[in-house]
Amino acid sequence: MIRVQDLRVTFGKGKNLFHAVQGVSFEIKAGEAYGLVGESGSGKSTILRAISRLTADWSGIIEIDSAPLSHRRDKSTARKMQMVFQDPYGSLHPRHTVNDILKEPLEIHGVNNRDSRILQALSDVGLSIDLRFRYPYQISGGQRQRVAIARALILEPEILLLDEPTSALDVSVQAEILNLLTALRRQHDLTYLMVSHDLAVVGHMCDRIAVMNRGKFVEEISAAQLRDAEPEDAYTRQLISASGKYDRETAKSFVSFD
Amino acid sequence: MTSLLRVKNLSVTFDTPRGPVEAVRDVSFDLGHERLGIVGESGSGKSQTGRAILKLIAGNGRVEAGCIEFDGMDILGASERDMRLIRGARISMIMQDPRYSLNPVVKVGDQIAEAYRIHSRASAKEAHKKALEMLETVQIRDHEKVYSLYPHEVSGGMGQRIMIAMMLIPDPDIIIADEPTSALDVTVQMQVLGLLDDMVTKRGMGLILISHDLGLVSSFCDRVVVMYGGRVMEVLEAKKLHEAQHPYTKGLMNCAPRLKDRQTVLPILQRDPSWLTD
Repeated sequence: MIRVQDLRVTFGKGKNLFHAVQGVSFEIKAGEAYGLVGESGSGKSTILRAISRLTADWSGIIEIDSAPLSHRRDKSTARKMQMVFQDPYGSLHPRHTVNDILKEPLEIHGVNNRDSRILQALSDVGLSIDLRFRYPYQISGGQRQRVAIARALILEPEILLLDEPTSALDVSVQAEILNLLTALRRQHDLTYLMVSHDLAVVGHMCDRIAVMNRGKFVEEISAAQLRDAEPEDAYTRQLISASGKYDRETAKSFVSFD
Repeated sequence: MTSLLRVKNLSVTFDTPRGPVEAVRDVSFDLGHERLGIVGESGSGKSQTGRAILKLIAGNGRVEAGCIEFDGMDILGASERDMRLIRGARISMIMQDPRYSLNPVVKVGDQIAEAYRIHSRASAKEAHKKALEMLETVQIRDHEKVYSLYPHEVSGGMGQRIMIAMMLIPDPDIIIADEPTSALDVTVQMQVLGLLDDMVTKRGMGLILISHDLGLVSSFCDRVVVMYGGRVMEVLEAKKLHEAQHPYTKGLMNCAPRLKDRQTVLPILQRDPSWLTD
């Protein structure tokens, strides 16, 4: 479904040139959930932004269904692939109602049956129809993220790019959103590419996981290997031991992987 | 264990155009030379509880309490002048994001030295020396170089260590840390917690750690106060968290995905309105 080969992304130029992603390759099969995990600055979100062509300075090959992507965003790829952003407070237009937000992609792509599509999308993400004409500030953070997911689904894409979809939410709300994403993947046969800094979240959602550091893949492991704490790489092991629980001895033993 | 701070029946109410909002209701706890965690979701009143101890509540807020007693002093009745002698010198606070808490146009080392001079009447030279020592204490390797950096030149983890250095330099009795590691990467988070741990075990300070992360707090703290809707749901020994009685605490623990065992569906926290009435 998605094939990425030797992807490189740079920011800036001249002596300020920064290599955010340095030659990354991976393949995601249809229906698979693939996770990118790493610390801030590791380049995980940048890969998503390159695939969705929100950043221009990339080189390498990105193929969706064996068709290579150009550097320009195009309508046909948008119908195949949609993105859900990290912050539901920033990703929804504050002066647009939920209805406007969901209608916009339909208008851009000239899709008919707008009313029924909007109602279907709302029910898919478990939102009451009463919220249809509310503004983002009138609904909770969890509901906002549901609207963002509904907007991504309304064009019936095959792929969802998920950029830290729950990191701005409380754990109880995170559980609801993760359950929703799991159910939607089954119902709509979706392929997920998910970015998160949280190993437990990625381990819960994804089948395969790539661990990133400094713009490179450190290793690619299965969710089972992650659970059994069997990674080969020292960086991954340190990341696992740092997740969730504090331990005095472990904290003292940390080394820097620059 | 001797008590450093005693809070009894604390309430914080905000007057808003739509009527009063009770952010904190009837909260009581004691703090000794220990690591006390206050855990809750957004809006649970955990941050306002921390701020009320230093009387750092916004203008439309009212603090009411049976007592807030620190080292024999009544904080509730203290004047703004008295509070200035307590804040920083005796009780200090570490905020969540160092990028917003540091002055962007002053070198980080000078900011640490300034914190020392305000509370000790030391000379500029002494303060400079002390600030360098402090940077070493918080495990910043190249401390001479870091001293003359500006906040935008340091990473998040280093920024938070600088904040901690600034808060430690007047040698306070109590540190209130409000989500000190939420903006940091997990490995850096562990290192920052390691530092705070040293402060309690080696210097005998009292620490209040405010956080939304139940797993983290329970593994780091000695005791945990669980808050919901401005109220204390229960107070637990951190080691006995798995024996939690309250359905809110249990629900909060269960709904987080776990690295070790994968569940197909995460249990959803069911809230009971009666938690806020009795």
